[in-house]
Amino acid sequence: MGSFLETLLGGLMVGMLYSLIALGFVLIYKASGVFNFAQGAMVLFAALAMARFAEWIPRLTGLNNKLIDNSIAFAGAVLVMIVLAWLIQKLVLARLVNQDGITLLMATLGITYVLEGSGQALFGNDIYKIDIGMPKEPVFILEKTFEGGLLINKEDLYAAVIAAVLVALLALFFQKTATGRALRAVADDHQAAQSIGIPLNRIWVIVWSVAGVVALVAGVIWGSKLGVQFSLSLVALKALPVVILGGLTSIPGAIIGGLVIGVGEKLSEIYIGPHLGGGIEIWFAYVLALAFLLVRPQGLFGEKIIDRV
Amino acid sequence: MAERRTGDVILDVKNLSLRFGGVKALTDISFDVREHEIRAIIGPNGAGKSSMLNCINGVYQPQQGSIQLRGRTFTHMNPRRVAEMGVARTFQNLALFKGMSVLENIMTGRNLKMRTNILQQAIRWGAAGREETAHRKVVEGIIDFLEIQAYRRTPVGKLPYGLQKRVDLGRALAMEPQMLLLDEPMAGMNVEEKQDMSRFILDVNDEFGTTIVLIEHDMGVVMDLSDRVVVLDYGRKIGDGSPADVRANPDVINAYLGTVH
Repeated sequence: MGSFLETLLGGLMVGMLYSLIALGFVLIYKASGVFNFAQGAMVLFAALAMARFAEWIPRLTGLNNKLIDNSIAFAGAVLVMIVLAWLIQKLVLARLVNQDGITLLMATLGITYVLEGSGQALFGNDIYKIDIGMPKEPVFILEKTFEGGLLINKEDLYAAVIAAVLVALLALFFQKTATGRALRAVADDHQAAQSIGIPLNRIWVIVWSVAGVVALVAGVIWGSKLGVQFSLSLVALKALPVVILGGLTSIPGAIIGGLVIGVGEKLSEIYIGPHLGGGIEIWFAYVLALAFLLVRPQGLFGEKIIDRV
Repeated sequence: MAERRTGDVILDVKNLSLRFGGVKALTDISFDVREHEIRAIIGPNGAGKSSMLNCINGVYQPQQGSIQLRGRTFTHMNPRRVAEMGVARTFQNLALFKGMSVLENIMTGRNLKMRTNILQQAIRWGAAGREETAHRKVVEGIIDFLEIQAYRRTPVGKLPYGLQKRVDLGRALAMEPQMLLLDEPMAGMNVEEKQDMSRFILDVNDEFGTTIVLIEHDMGVVMDLSDRVVVLDYGRKIGDGSPADVRANPDVINAYLGTVH
C-alpha cells in the first residue's frame, strides 16, 4: 500500500508538470485554432532567456541576492516572451488570417526553427542551469501511517504546487474576466467576434503572451530539474499524448490528461513493466494516446466535431 | 406605424461594385438609409444581398464606389471600426459562441463598452467588479426584452433554432448600436417564430430608435415591416421605394416570378 501511494503521488506530481506544458498548446489552440508546433521551442527559448539573465544580472549590477536576481531575470524573460508574442502576431499570424489550419500549423513549424536557432544564437548553446533555490533533498511523509513512510521528492512537490496554482489562475481568468470571455469568443467564431468589436490582433498577442509565460514557467521548472539545454524543447513531446487524452480544446482536459498520463506512466512501470521487461514508462503515454484516438478521438473533454454535409 | 420619425441619411452607399475574380457580385449599387427607419434589402437567392451587407460591415472590400457612414466616407472599412461606429450585425448562418451560455454570449456584446484593463479584471479590483455588474444589468434588460429569461444559463448550442436567432439579436443589441444589420433574421423559421422576430424588430426600432437594415428573401415579411425597400437581382439594383411601389414594379415581379420576357 505504501509503495502504491508513493508511486501514485510521484505520478501526480510529474503529471502536473505535463499539464503545464499541455496547457500552452490548449491556450493557443482554443483562441486561434492553431496547433502550435513551436510550444517546445518556446519552452527552450524562455528557459534560455531566464538562465542567461540570471547569470548576467549579478555581473552587471553587482547584486548578489539570489531572490532579487532571479526575480529580475524572470521579469526580463516575461518581457522577452511578450515581445516574442507581439512579433509572431505581427510578422506571421496577421498575414495568415482566415487561412486553413494546416497553413498555420506549417507556419508554427517555421517559428520552431527560427526560435531554436535565434534562441541559441542570442543566449548560447551550452548547458545552463537555473537555480531558483528549489530544495533537492527528498522527505518522508506519513511515517506514522506507513512503515518507513512515503518518500517524496520535495522539488517535484514544489513544482507541482506552482503548476497547480498557475493552472487554477488561468482557468479563472478564462472563465471569469471580460478579456477571458473575449478570448473564448475569438476561439469560437472569428467573424462574429470581429462584428462585436473584439480586436483579433490584440487578442492573439494576449494569448501568445500567456502561452509564452506558461512556457517560461514550464521551462524554469523543467530547466531547474534537467538543466537548460536543447533537449528541453523535447519535453513538449510529452504533452502531445496529454492533449490527445484530454482534448485540445479543454483546460480541465489538459489538467486531468496530464495527471492521468503522469500516474499511468509510473504505475504501469511498477506493475506492468516487470512483465514486459521494464522501461515502459518511455512509451506508455503514447500507446495510451493511440488507444484513445481509436476510441474517443476528441479526447476526454474535447468538443465533439460534427461536420454538417 | 406611419408616424415613425425618420431622420437624416446616416448610411449612403454610392456606385458600389464588388467582384470576386471574374464573378460580379454587385454592380453599381447606390442607395441610402435614413436614421430610425427600417430599410430592407430583398432579392432572390444569389442576388448579392449578403455581399452588400458584408461590404457595409467591412468584411468585404468593394473594388469601386464608396460608403458614407454618419458623415464619414470610406473606401476601406474594417469590421472593428464599423463596430466602434455603432453598427451591430446578426448572421444568416448562426455565428454564436457555441461554448458559452446565453448570458455570456450576450455579455460579449458589451466588449467595446468595457473600460477596465486586463490586469484589473484579473484581480477584479473595484472598478472591474462594478463594471461587470453594470454591464450585467444592461444584459439582463435585453434578456427580459427578448423573453429568454429561462435560458440564461443554457449553453446556446442546446437551444432550438428560433431561440438561437434571438440570442444572436441579443448579442447585437448589447452593443447598443445606432444601426443594426440583420442578415435574414427569419430564415428557416416557422410562422410563429417569424411573428415573434418581427415583433422584436419593430420593438427595437420603436423603443430604442435603432436604424435597421434588414435582408430577406421572403417578400411577405418584409413588406409589413419596412419603411423602404431596395430590390437586388443578379447584383444589380432593380427597384427602390416604399413597399407598395416595389410590389407594383414590373422588374421586381419578373425577378420574383420569373415571367417570360
